[in-house]
Amino acid sequence: MNSSLALSSATFIYGLATVFYIGFFAFKKEILARTGFFVLAAGLLLNTAGIGLRWVESYQMGYGRAPFSNMYESLVFFSWTMAMLYIFVELKYREQGFGVFISPLIFLAIAYASFDPGISSRINPLIPALKSNWLIAHVVTCFLGYAGFAVAFGLSIIYFVKPKQPDKGAIASRLPAWELIDELTYQMVVFGFLFLTIGIITGAVWANSAWGKYWSWDPKETWSLITWFVYAIFMHLRLMRGWQGRNLALVSIAGFMAVLFTYFGVNFLLSGLHSYG
Amino acid sequence: MPWNHKPENERKKLKKQDSIPRQIWVFFCSVKLTVYTLVLLAVTSIIGTVVLQNGAPQQYVDLYGKGIYNLIQVFQIGDMYHAWWFLLLLLLLCINITVCSVERLSLIWKTIFPKQLRFNPDRFLKSRTKQTFVVPQDAQKLARSSEAWLNSRVGQVHRQKDENTFLLYSEKGRWTRLGVFVVHASVLLLLAGALIGAVFGFKANVRIDEGGRTNQVFTARTREPVTLDFTIQCNEFEVKFYDTGAPEDFRSNLTIIENGQESFTKDIRVNHPLRYKGINIFQSSYGTATPNAAVVSIVDNVTGRETTQTIRIGETIGLPDDQGYFLLQGFLPHFDFRNNNLGETFFGKVDLANKQGFQIGLPVKFPTFDKMRKGRFAFAVKDFEKRYYTGLQVTKDPGVWYVYAGFILMILGCWVTFFMSHQSFLIAVQPQAGGQVTIHLAGKTNRSARDMKLRLARMAAQLENQLTKG
Ligand code: HEM
Repeated sequence: MNSSLALSSATFIYGLATVFYIGFFAFKKEILARTGFFVLAAGLLLNTAGIGLRWVESYQMGYGRAPFSNMYESLVFFSWTMAMLYIFVELKYREQGFGVFISPLIFLAIAYASFDPGISSRINPLIPALKSNWLIAHVVTCFLGYAGFAVAFGLSIIYFVKPKQPDKGAIASRLPAWELIDELTYQMVVFGFLFLTIGIITGAVWANSAWGKYWSWDPKETWSLITWFVYAIFMHLRLMRGWQGRNLALVSIAGFMAVLFTYFGVNFLLSGLHSYG
Repeated sequence: MPWNHKPENERKKLKKQDSIPRQIWVFFCSVKLTVYTLVLLAVTSIIGTVVLQNGAPQQYVDLYGKGIYNLIQVFQIGDMYHAWWFLLLLLLLCINITVCSVERLSLIWKTIFPKQLRFNPDRFLKSRTKQTFVVPQDAQKLARSSEAWLNSRVGQVHRQKDENTFLLYSEKGRWTRLGVFVVHASVLLLLAGALIGAVFGFKANVRIDEGGRTNQVFTARTREPVTLDFTIQCNEFEVKFYDTGAPEDFRSNLTIIENGQESFTKDIRVNHPLRYKGINIFQSSYGTATPNAAVVSIVDNVTGRETTQTIRIGETIGLPDDQGYFLLQGFLPHFDFRNNNLGETFFGKVDLANKQGFQIGLPVKFPTFDKMRKGRFAFAVKDFEKRYYTGLQVTKDPGVWYVYAGFILMILGCWVTFFMSHQSFLIAVQPQAGGQVTIHLAGKTNRSARDMKLRLARMAAQLENQLTKG
């Protein structure tokens, strides 16, 4: 097996998991969600194998580098962190229903990496500035942060599909209660905020060791700071009366839009130092 | 919802008779102000990612037109992250943080550092998450084993006897309530570090040819010269490429010269700067420097003879048969000829006897280029000793350690705030008629109530197991 086979299988299996979760939502059969979970876990296993193999292959090609340094690899890793976090949350809180809002994101990220012809999956050697252990710390923490925000986003969506008191037996009644969504969204935002903070900081330390500037207001940096501000706003709004439920969920959704813009928008629309995710 | 998630409630409402300083204080205290400031910072930060930063005036006029350029100038949008209004927003944030922290710290100081630990058993025993079970044993003995267990699970136990009920109280993590103050203080430290760096430091660039030296660098923003306490000499520059043609490594071999003496020699690479006396020297770019000389061949198309000789830049030689002179004028790393880049090219001036002089270009990669001119003499560069220049970024930032301290405090503070909490537990050992003993386990926390509920259930199972076994 090689990395590209592992990763294309992972893509397919994540797609399958998504189908199961959607099936659960549509047909209200518990078994579909249970199956979806195991399929997702299998996808995560292959995703992990794919990343590991890619690392090994880079050594075989003589470049020897961590697989976190271009758009393709960052998307694959983004799927990995989201799947990891979702599985952790499902195990910890024993809530299955909201997989339907996360598994499509997991699938889309890795599918986009494989199917967009503009994104090369070739293993290229690193340019000198990227040869740093800070690169690994920076990318890993940023994407853990993004994953937290992605799961928070999936949870926030529930507020808009599920009424506060759904009818008994309605599909929406399978979804977590508002109180729990509130708590979980907050937990995910907090997780994301901590890791985005570490991600921005490791990036700054790295920039300082490579270019002698810890902050240069490059568009990507600025957008990650904007994202950070949005989630700081989220945490402080929660302290104020009248800011929970749907209102606060809107801020979490806006935050995830900022994440997506930081990740994709900046690359396609603005120019700067960061040539990859 | 934990008690401290509604600090707005604690805030004293403004009253009409409040003095003006008090009104100002309360204004700067508010979390609402924080939200407004952060929203403004987030929204305005977008501007700098869309509008060209640090461009030349002409660029702005070309891009946006004259009218908008004036607007850009008034609001310093061409360098907006250093604009007065942006700095003012940051200052507002700092005042907000300071005032808010002082106010809240004075409010909860006694909670964090109590003179004497007190607890209210009723508040625990009435809580909805209380766990209860019954053990048929001697109450005294149960109280003792419960105390030992609580001591090992949580920490030092405080005892109290209420009629015939034994009350055991223990807590941990009181100090974690300070976490959020550390987060806020770290923001101040970070910005202070940035300010120190901006006032007392500089960021500059310099190019040094291989073999050259300098003690003067030029600041990145204003191109002002800065004189260093020492001289940097570049002995050698080297660039390595991968098979794919992408650069693999840049390396400069530098010697630091102090008081006219060589101090030491070191290689710098990208990500591996040289740090000396508070000055950091980074590898940032490179290019081809003007060489000293070239080996030039001259073919006389009348006699068919070829002469080859080394000519220094700036040197004039005589042409064969006293036909005139040739001056090797200079060198360009890129020569644009009818929209083709011909690469490294030397330039010279030919003065034939009795004729007007003219200039010729001698691209190194195209030795027949000058032949196409169809003159009497065809010139070509056979060889030259290639020299690089190294582009260095030279910085001084005495604020960086404050910034790094701020980074560490921010991570620690966030960790403590998000993942740790002040937890207190109460065990009540209550003998019943008939030799049964009821055990209650209750707990409180300043953070997630849900986590506390799960934790209590786990702890109760463990305690029950321990007590029935022993
Ligand atoms: C960039 C600036 C700021 C950052 C990064 C920041 C960060 C944080 C964080 C991470 C928390 C913990 C949130 C939670 O526990 O859910 C917090 C809480 C809080 N912040 Fe800020 N903050 C900032 C500015 C401010 C300012 C200017 C104020 C002034 C009013 C403020 C007031 C508070 C209050 C009152 C709390 C609640 C504390 C508690 O739960 O005990 N923050 N902040």
